[in-house]
Amino acid sequence: MLKNKTNDKEPLFHVTKRDDVTFSKAMGIRAIAVVAAFVFCMILALILAGINPLKMISSMFSGCFGTQRRIWKFFKNLSILLYISLAVTPAFRMKFWNIGAEGQTLIGALASVACIILLGGKIPNGLLVLIMFVAGVLAGAIWGVIPAVFKAIWDTNETLFTLMMNYVASFTVAYFLLVWTPSGSSTLGMLSYGWFPQIIHEYFLVIVIALILTGVIYVYLNYSKHGYEISVVGESQKTAKYIGINVKKVIIRTMTLSGALCGFAGFLIVAALDHSVTTQTVGGQGFTAIMVSWLGKFNPIAMFATSFLITFLDQGAAQISTEFNIDSAFPSVIVGSILFFIIGCEFFIYYKVNFRHKAKNMVTMAASENIVKDEETLNNEALKQENKTAIDEAAHETTDVQDAKQDVKQDTKQDINQKAATLQENNGKESEQ
Amino acid sequence: MSKEIALEMRHITKRFGKVVANHDVNMEIYKGEILSVLGENGCGKTTLMNMIAGIYYPDEGQILVNGEEVVISSPKDAFRYKIGMVHQHFKLVDVFTASENIVLGDSGEKKYNIKAVNERVLGITKKYGFNIDPSKKIYEMSVSEKQTVEIVKVLYKNADILILDEPTAVLTPQETKKLFSVLRNMRADGKSIIIITHKLHEVLEISDRVAVLRKGEHIATIDTKDANESLLTEMMVGAKVELNIHRSEPKDPKVLLKCEHLTSINDEGIKVLDDISFEAKSGEILGIAGIAGSGQRELLEAIAGLQPLNEGAIEYNNPKNNEVVNLRDKNPLQIRNLGVRLSFVPEDRLGMGLVGNMDITDNMMLRSYRKGKSIFLDREKPRNLAEQIIESLQVNTPGVNTPLRRLSGGNVQKVLVGREISSAPKVLMVAYPVRGLDINSSYTIYNLLNSQKENGVSIIFVGEDLDVLLELCDRIVVINSGRVTGIVDGRTITKEEVGLLMTKSRDEEVENA
Repeated sequence: MLKNKTNDKEPLFHVTKRDDVTFSKAMGIRAIAVVAAFVFCMILALILAGINPLKMISSMFSGCFGTQRRIWKFFKNLSILLYISLAVTPAFRMKFWNIGAEGQTLIGALASVACIILLGGKIPNGLLVLIMFVAGVLAGAIWGVIPAVFKAIWDTNETLFTLMMNYVASFTVAYFLLVWTPSGSSTLGMLSYGWFPQIIHEYFLVIVIALILTGVIYVYLNYSKHGYEISVVGESQKTAKYIGINVKKVIIRTMTLSGALCGFAGFLIVAALDHSVTTQTVGGQGFTAIMVSWLGKFNPIAMFATSFLITFLDQGAAQISTEFNIDSAFPSVIVGSILFFIIGCEFFIYYKVNFRHKAKNMVTMAASENIVKDEETLNNEALKQENKTAIDEAAHETTDVQDAKQDVKQDTKQDINQKAATLQENNGKESEQ
Repeated sequence: MSKEIALEMRHITKRFGKVVANHDVNMEIYKGEILSVLGENGCGKTTLMNMIAGIYYPDEGQILVNGEEVVISSPKDAFRYKIGMVHQHFKLVDVFTASENIVLGDSGEKKYNIKAVNERVLGITKKYGFNIDPSKKIYEMSVSEKQTVEIVKVLYKNADILILDEPTAVLTPQETKKLFSVLRNMRADGKSIIIITHKLHEVLEISDRVAVLRKGEHIATIDTKDANESLLTEMMVGAKVELNIHRSEPKDPKVLLKCEHLTSINDEGIKVLDDISFEAKSGEILGIAGIAGSGQRELLEAIAGLQPLNEGAIEYNNPKNNEVVNLRDKNPLQIRNLGVRLSFVPEDRLGMGLVGNMDITDNMMLRSYRKGKSIFLDREKPRNLAEQIIESLQVNTPGVNTPLRRLSGGNVQKVLVGREISSAPKVLMVAYPVRGLDINSSYTIYNLLNSQKENGVSIIFVGEDLDVLLELCDRIVVINSGRVTGIVDGRTITKEEVGLLMTKSRDEEVENA
């Protein structure tokens, strides 16, 4: 109370970087974000669309898991997204911003379809599928390696280059659709050759291969020499050169892999799912994959979770749209809001918000009434942090040597004694008891 | 001297996560005095000053300017209270002139008039004895001129309290003298000057009082006249430290590395290395002295196979079979495959020698991961090596799985030097190995280098602190603008002579020749 005047001038809060966040704490913050996101969306639903918020949430769940068919479809969509996300990840780990997965996948699909049109019915199905596989992977690899070569030799901007390659792929598909449809309709029907074998369910193999590939890429990135080189090049090209890594070779090799995996996804889309190709075959998943990979911190296992989330939002939103018969813009608002919360919470994982000392109590009181939920939890956390005694903090400190710890402990004790002394001075008789 | 307090800090505490950068610091500075803030790296000197300059905001405590409590939450606030800071890394726009940089960010109501600005700048420089051309562009300036611009910039904004963060780190002895005379002029004018430094002799030379920080806490402020080097060191470190570097006579020196006429031209067409020739012998420490950016980095990188050469030869005499191989135009991997036992501790530790985001084990692996035919990594041996280094060099780390960027500068350097020594080199190149290290860590490194020297390793040591170079090295190669200006005996030469060689221009050379 002594320094009322100055506290008014003190900023309301300031942000400090967290030193080290435990895994459980980070997950806790993310969980809070997800809950807050859903609460926010329910409010939106009520105000903007007049929909019963609980019904909206349940319709999202039923859209994804309501029937057996929907569950298969859900995991199929998840798998395709995961394939492309896994494909871009090696490049991302190398800090090569490949945003051309859309084109690389599409060109893989186109190459597979081309095989069907040229060879369908002329050779056994098994052989055809094998040729389609090789062609799709090769086409994707070529689409990936072109920008890599330019980057390695002339240091061109890979982001622009891969982005432009998307348009080239898209118009190449449009061109061939014209060539292959004599009627000029540009719509290729479902092709009857070159179907991927099906066991248990039409989507079963697609899903299983996705899971296997997740494991393979995880091991490749974390336990192989190639993966190690990718990490070093990504972290610092100077370090890579210093230890004699051929940076150009690694860039080209990794982008070949990245493109080839995209091409493989394109092949699977054709052979196992669509049996056809259009310019919309990949449908923007090449871009969504970037988000999946980033949100999963380039860790294939975590990416399974993030692609699960994104697929859930997508499919759930579509269900809302049909079930409540409203414009698809509204579900997009919902999806956008949820993503905003989830991406936004990363800030709170790396930074701590410190509120000004005096306002602490007032803010928490107000928070319970009219400040949105996530802010409240933040305040509480800040409060908890503040309330922890300095001694606790010193005890947890692991960075310094033992004697330093003791120093700090002693000094914090002194500090507390001093504070107590000033309190005594200020409050006179009260504190003497 | 008037004893009026210009600025006072009360109970300042600042934390970064769990790390307490400053703890309950109380300090004051008077008008018309020079206060040195002394302390080892990581003791919180810069953090403390950044709070006065408005870059950080203290978690606890108050700052008083002229006896009134103030809130400084941005550099703009700091300027309002007439506080200005000159940072260690200059914050200047290269393509602007000195004057343009000086008025940058000055939102005066008057119309921008470059002529008036130039006049005022000249007025300031004349008053305090600076030497500067207001219309010279920054990229044409030397380091010392850039620093002058930074100081004038602060004075132009009418600062009464100036904070200089390690101002002498980049200067030659002569330039330092000039700076100090300017600072004395400012003191006479009633300005308060805070100098952050860890060079003891400079503290004793320039300041009126010394404030010593240790591990974020203010130990004491004493009058400089009562201080001496060993007392200050003891206050900084908290224990008595032996300040002598041991130097043994080289045993049986044989030429291991012979550089002849090394010339390298960079992308801009500038000769970064200009006809450099010298020999490095086994069992000796060869120092390389020069102003920052004189070609030291390029020289070492050329030997390590990272800097292409336009002319010259680097001959390595393999002591095993007396074969001579030329290292020119070979990459680091090829050099290694030739059986050349060359280790290199680069200047940029986390950007070149190590990877900050990887743990200690993975950093150990950088040199050795290729071993074996398996496509998978073997983390077993690197982990053992990491544990060994942590133990023998007393690296302060929670474990081998801690990302390197979490370690302090000294510990990072121990990891790097440890890894480079572990491959039993014959030639060991180290660039600024103690930059940013505290006194104890520095001496650990010196001792490591000396023990390598005694094992017959040829050490090439690029340093910036002339005192250390003169104490540690057997011979010193002085370079300036990519040219060798002298190869001298480290035992007999004086600091001033080396300083002169460091700044010797080509014209003088021609005249002398």
